[in-house]
Amino acid sequence: MPDLLLEFFSEEIPARMQARAAEDLRKMVTDRLVAAGLTYEGAKAFATPRRLALAVQGVPVRQSDVKDERKGPKVGAPEQAIAGFLRAAGLTSIDQAKVQADKKGDFYVASIEKPGRPTIEVIAEIVPEVAKAFPWPKAMRWGAASAQPGSLNWVRPLHSIVAMFGPETEEPEIVKFDVGGVTAGDTTYGHRFMAPAAIKVKRLDDYMAKLDKAKVVVDAARRQQMILADAKNLAFAQGFELVEDEGLLAEVAGLVEWPVVLMGSFDEAFLAIPDEVIRATIRNNQKCFVVRNPKTGKLANRFILTANIEASDDGKAIVAGNERVIRARLSDAKFFYETDLKTKLEDRLPKFEQIVFHEKLGTQGDRIVRIETLAAELASSVGADVEKAQRAARLAKADLLTEVVGEFPEVQGLMGRYYALAQGEDKSVAAAIEDHYKPLGPGDRVPSDPVSIAVALADKADILAGFWAIQEKPTGSKDPYALRRAALGIIRLVLDNGLRVSLSHPLAAAASQHLLILSDPDYQTREPNARELAAWERQKSHYSEFEKLDPKKALDEVDRLSLVGVDIVADLLLFFADRLKVQLREQGARHDLVDAVFALEGQDDLLLIVRRVEALGKFLDTDDGKNLLAGTKRAANILRIEERKDNKSYTGAPDSSLLGQGEEKQLAAAIDTAKIEASAAVAKEDFATAMTAMAKLRPHVDAFFDKVTVNVDDKALRENRLKLLNEIREATRAVADFSKIEG
Amino acid sequence: MADDLPAHMRPERSFQGLILTLQRFWAEQGCVILQPYDMEVGAGTFHPATTLRALGPKPWNAAYVQPSRRPKDGRYGENPNRLQHYYQYQVILKPSPPDLQDLYLKSLAAIGIDSGLHDIRFVEDDWESPTLGAWGLGWECWCDGMEVSQFTYFQQVAGFECAPVAGELTYGLERLAMYVQGVENVYDLNFNGRDGADKVTYGDVFLQAEQEYSRHNFEHSDTVMLFEQFKMAEAACRTYLDAGWEKSAGENKKHLMALPAYDQAIKASHVFNLLDARGVISVTERQSYILRVRELAKACGGAWLATAGGGTT
Repeated sequence: MPDLLLEFFSEEIPARMQARAAEDLRKMVTDRLVAAGLTYEGAKAFATPRRLALAVQGVPVRQSDVKDERKGPKVGAPEQAIAGFLRAAGLTSIDQAKVQADKKGDFYVASIEKPGRPTIEVIAEIVPEVAKAFPWPKAMRWGAASAQPGSLNWVRPLHSIVAMFGPETEEPEIVKFDVGGVTAGDTTYGHRFMAPAAIKVKRLDDYMAKLDKAKVVVDAARRQQMILADAKNLAFAQGFELVEDEGLLAEVAGLVEWPVVLMGSFDEAFLAIPDEVIRATIRNNQKCFVVRNPKTGKLANRFILTANIEASDDGKAIVAGNERVIRARLSDAKFFYETDLKTKLEDRLPKFEQIVFHEKLGTQGDRIVRIETLAAELASSVGADVEKAQRAARLAKADLLTEVVGEFPEVQGLMGRYYALAQGEDKSVAAAIEDHYKPLGPGDRVPSDPVSIAVALADKADILAGFWAIQEKPTGSKDPYALRRAALGIIRLVLDNGLRVSLSHPLAAAASQHLLILSDPDYQTREPNARELAAWERQKSHYSEFEKLDPKKALDEVDRLSLVGVDIVADLLLFFADRLKVQLREQGARHDLVDAVFALEGQDDLLLIVRRVEALGKFLDTDDGKNLLAGTKRAANILRIEERKDNKSYTGAPDSSLLGQGEEKQLAAAIDTAKIEASAAVAKEDFATAMTAMAKLRPHVDAFFDKVTVNVDDKALRENRLKLLNEIREATRAVADFSKIEG
Repeated sequence: MADDLPAHMRPERSFQGLILTLQRFWAEQGCVILQPYDMEVGAGTFHPATTLRALGPKPWNAAYVQPSRRPKDGRYGENPNRLQHYYQYQVILKPSPPDLQDLYLKSLAAIGIDSGLHDIRFVEDDWESPTLGAWGLGWECWCDGMEVSQFTYFQQVAGFECAPVAGELTYGLERLAMYVQGVENVYDLNFNGRDGADKVTYGDVFLQAEQEYSRHNFEHSDTVMLFEQFKMAEAACRTYLDAGWEKSAGENKKHLMALPAYDQAIKASHVFNLLDARGVISVTERQSYILRVRELAKACGGAWLATAGGGTT
């Protein structure tokens, strides 16, 4: 079956867009083929800086014929109706229609045969559609055609299109179409400098081979492999080790059609700059790799560049040119670094008063003060030194105003640590400055030093409570302040460190700070020093107003702020529950078990929640667990039905004098014991024992359902038994809300 | 072309030789070779020959050197790469010709950059000028890892769609000259291509100016006056814009003073840059100043489109 070869040849496509564009091209073309009834055997798309290509294999030569019958009017219908039918069915005379009979009589039927069209014609329609609708992240107009509205939008000016269709054994045909003034043909071009001549191509294999000869590696994966292998070899040959960098590799492979890997060096004196800064300089500005000394792990004074040509001097001029630029860049970086070292971190703080963090949440300066207060408050609960936590929080953001971080935002925190150490700060203070942003993503390290933990928790609690207080919670895919990440960060900080903290505490503390500010209409205009004073005065005045207000109103006023705070915390806890569910689900836990635990009152100790979920999971894997769950569910079902029927709920303790049957009595006794034992175990945070206590209920529940009839005629007895069922439900709530558990 | 020249005129020997080579190259492509605009601007794009001529349907091909002032980039003559006053070579071709990339590469060849020896690359760099309300897509052009030019297809200028689109090339002349002369410090550039006692360096011409203007820009510029000048330029721009609209006509009103109004927008922009360098504009104010200049630029663009140059007949 025939194959399709397609290539859009343009001016340089941004590296970051290439992979996605290839995938979009593949999907858009093949989806449309399938929609046109044309299946295919395989499809592969490619991208280079100057071309987007697609090969679709095994497409039928033409669409299948479609047969359709169209029912017409009755025989003898008015002429107008018959004429309309002929027109619609594409017939010239009514003799061409068949006559069929049904219950109502004879009527005309036209059988319409829609012959399949040649695939090449279908492609000629599909490709221009795809080109016009192509989802480039940013597209542009160009040239004389752009004087008129509706000219083609492409990522950069489009120069030529190859579109060939045909079977492997024959000469393929050019698919005839035109996009934005470019007519499809069989001609492409080789490497911009090394082989710029026109090349005629037929199908994928000769396309790849001819371009390879014309110094173009069409496949991005192959370009990446070539670069990586050559870079590793070059480094190894000199006794170094390549610092691998997947993102950079992908980008570099998108900047060249013919990778030529070369090594350059820089003055060893630059190695006095922190490695991370050297790497950021060389990577971000020059798109070059760095190498390290395999013995020390420190960077070496070498870099690896990827050129796009085999130069006539074997790359000497290219290396020399890149060395010059890198020297200038590293001089700048060194200058920035040394300049930064001259200013103490705390001396940078006043400037934060002028930097708006968020229009409603005040300045960065305000935020730093809040984090500082919060970190001090949380310190003891995570075992951190209060003063160190406070100091670290105070300095944590200061590096944002340094030259190096201004230049390379990705080294924020890290530079703070360097500068803190340089000015003689305590080691855990310095570490906390770097680590308070962590963990950033699922793969990121979770800090374990208590000082780091305190500041990291404070930083995240402040941002969460703040945006909750101003009602800017994440919705759907919109989470501009990365609040989900902040919550997940807190979860991981707590769980990975085995911290016993009640989540409500940091969240409530953070929320109350925000509410104090938000409730002060003059906050922004007050001098920073006067802010706390004003808050204090306001609070005092609340109390002094007490006597004048009637008691209820006074109470309301005092509670107003804290009530809002309680709402915020309660809502945030739900948000955490969701995050935790996602987190646990990724680790293989059942989300319904998390729900079953969160449904209990006052669950805000993440570690206990997780332990309880684990114990519950294990319990439910046992026969006892499964049967108890089934029994509880059965009890709940009966209750639900009967309660609805009777329109009343059967709560409250059953009357022990009405317990007649042995199984009833034993169940009641077992429930009492289980309740006591489970609660005692839960109080000791021993969830396994609590589950074991629950397990003892199982034979009695089973026996009860086996032997005892609930819906008896005796009304009092029936009610008592229903209440007993309710007791099962209640008893299990000592460990979890079984009604939330699936299965 | 370069081979026909006497040694001191060669682009790799002298700064002025480089400029003259580019002038000749683009003159041969049919460009109007203009002289610098006689006002302080932050970039060659501000020249009305680019900003305003990029608007409207009329074809326009021009090239010129534009001294560009970035008060904040002053380094008292102590940084080998950074200057508060430098030269841009600006080319504008409307509509953008289909072979614009080739033309650009030929211009590099003309100044001695051999694409068989050097690694020339087009690296994504979308251009945006918040003050001009302008944006375009294109690249920074790399030669052996160094950015030597900016290459942009203008999509919008002064808030108006470009129809047709113009192609803009901006060469950083000092950087390019340093590269072809093989010099590490901008002040060491050979300006006139002569040797020995006859040699004039870039430092001879501009070092003192860099020192003096750095003092001015960072320490002594009269901010009270500058704040006043900003307001005055802004007000004058509005006044000229208002006064420039043809009184009589109905539908297709023409504007008769777009250029003088635009001068005031340029003025406001430069005054803002001076104030910014003095650090007297806070972060929040900064945004509002940029917006104010943009509003002026937009209004001027609108006025220009109502002139003969902007295609209104």
